[in-house]
Formats: sequence, C-alpha cells, structure tokens
Amino acid sequence: MTSCGAPAQTGQVALAPGATIIDGTVTAGGAPVRGAYVRLHDADGEFTAEVVTGDTGQFTFYARPASWELRVLSRAGNGSERLEATEGRTTVELGL
Amino acid sequence: MARNDVLVSAEWAEANLATPGIVFVEVDEDTSAYDDAHLPGAIKLDWKLDLQDAVRRDFVDRAGFEKLLSERGVANDDTVVLYGGNNNWFAAYAFWYFKLYGHQDVRLIDGGRKKWELDGRPLDAEPVNRPATQYVASEQDLTLRAFRDEVVASIGTKNLVDVRSPEEFTGKILGPAHLPQEHAQRGGHVPGAINVPWSKAANDDGTFRSDAELAELYGAAGIDTNRSTIAYCRIGERSSHTWFVLSQILDLPDVKNYDGSWVEYGSLVGAPIEVPVPA
Repeated sequence: MTSCGAPAQTGQVALAPGATIIDGTVTAGGAPVRGAYVRLHDADGEFTAEVVTGDTGQFTFYARPASWELRVLSRAGNGSERLEATEGRTTVELGL
Repeated sequence: MARNDVLVSAEWAEANLATPGIVFVEVDEDTSAYDDAHLPGAIKLDWKLDLQDAVRRDFVDRAGFEKLLSERGVANDDTVVLYGGNNNWFAAYAFWYFKLYGHQDVRLIDGGRKKWELDGRPLDAEPVNRPATQYVASEQDLTLRAFRDEVVASIGTKNLVDVRSPEEFTGKILGPAHLPQEHAQRGGHVPGAINVPWSKAANDDGTFRSDAELAELYGAAGIDTNRSTIAYCRIGERSSHTWFVLSQILDLPDVKNYDGSWVEYGSLVGAPIEVPVPA
C-alpha cells in the first residue's frame, strides 16, 4: 500500500479531461527555491495538501475549481497567495 | 504521558545528536529523502519494507521486529527519537509501532523534518552503521490497536475519530486521486464517527498545536473524554498522528489506532456505513 502523501514533484504533469491543476514555481530574487514547502488551503483556511518543491522550484496540486490559498514556507522566506482555480490549469509564480 | 515526555524540540535534538543512548530514526514515506540527507547519525526505517509483512497485510511479527532493531543497532534501553516528513505522519506511525512492541522511551521531534529544514539545522548523507544489538520486543500491546470487529462493536459506545479529509469522510471520494488502485469498495464513514482531519492538530510548520488548542479542537468536535476512542484514516498512518495527540499529548485513556482503517472497513461485507443524506 502507498501512503496518502503527495507524489514526488518531478516529471511532466498530465492534464486529464475535466481535471483542475494548480501548479507553478517558487522563486526568491528571481532564482528557483528548491525544498520550499507549499501548502494548499481552502477558502476557509483549512489545510488540504502539501508538497515540497523540486530542483526548479516547481510544485503541482491536483485540485478542484474553487478559491484557494497557497502558503509557502522556506529558508528563503515565507509567503502566501490567493487564487481562483478553474477547470484546467492554473499556474502561479510565487515570488518570496 | 504528557507533551514533555514524548515530544522534543528540534533545538534539543540538535544538542543531543551525539549523546550516547539516544538513537535518531527517520521514517518517511519518501525513503529517498533519508538517502539525500538526514540528521547526522540518524538511521532509517522504511515504513513499508521494514515494518510491513511482505505477504499478508499486517506488521512484521515480534521476531521480525527484534531482528530489524538488532541489525540496525537499537537497544532496549535506548531513547528512540523519531522524525520524518509529511508533518511526522510516518514518524508518528513508527512511534505507535514502537509502543505496540513495548519500547519504553520513544519521542518525536516536534515539527519533524520540515521544521528541521526550515530552521536550517544540519543534515548530511553520511552512511550510518551502529553496532548490532540483541533487541528483545514484547508481544504486541493490543490495548493500542483496534481490529475491525471491535470497530463495528464500538459504534455508539466509543469515540470514533475519522481523521481523513471531509471529502473522504462524506464519501465524495474514496481516497487520494493519485492512488486509484488502493480504494475501498464503498465510500463514507463508520456510523457516528466524528471528522477531525489530522492536519487540524498541526501548525503550518508541522509542530503540534498547544495543549489548550488541541483540547478545544477535539472538545468542540464532540469527543467524550469519559469514553474510549478509536482513530482511523485510510491505511492507519494519518490516524497515528491523531492517536499520538489524543493518547500521548492530551493523555486520554484507552485510545486505539485502527490500522485496517477505511481500506478494510469500506470493503467489509455488511458493515454499516454512514453517508450524508442528499439535500
């Protein structure tokens, strides 16, 4: 059996029909931040999922159309951003 | 037990990395995390390869656990300090597992690997070899572990705490979308269970919330502190986190983890299931 945790943040992301993906990169001073913790919270602030960015600062969440808040914790600093995800792909550049 | 008996701070852990009699153990779902970098001197346990029976759905038996810890160099009188990723899910699972086999002194690093990394504390990739021991385990302490029949019999009499997401609790989804092969046959929850997702017990940095916040959280959700409690999730890892909170931090009596969890319960023929009534 496999844990409920997020899959590794590497490789290509397949966008299945009807899927909602929130992805992007975390940067600080224009450079990608590896090892940042990116948390997806719903509109009420409730935690939904967490991933750790890969070498190029990238992250991906499989979500649903809704209002979300991304929170980032990293050695380079913390940040947050609210967004509206619609069906398909919503890409966010998170500069710290 | 109380918070100070079972939780150590990252600061304390760093100060005690080389202290004799203390063994740091990383338990992650992503076992490559340890190989990339780990706390200096820490050993690794693989929650699947090391702790699960290779054939049946069950844990390694007592002799298997003794062999494992002997080979890894853990002694009965060592203080075992566990940490891991994913907000200590698997470290909490291993904590419960060590207690199940009777290890006396087990602790968690509050915040686990995330807090350690965010603090910028040292990590290295040096191989760690500890001298072998003669570890002796106890028979499983089944006061800590619930099985399916007990869960069914507990409906209406014990606190049943479902720590999955609201979508899993209501049966809207059967499990995380990236694990389609590992779902139960039916969605929903055990009748009468309350839903307190495991994550509500943790701060953003992975540390546990304060005693007062935790007592308020579970009190407001309807836990009756005079009753026994069974926690469950999908396969028993997230519920270990909540088992740790309820039994070790809040010191509630008679708290069990149901590691069979929804993958088992939701596939039992004839077992009662509750789902929301359509509006």
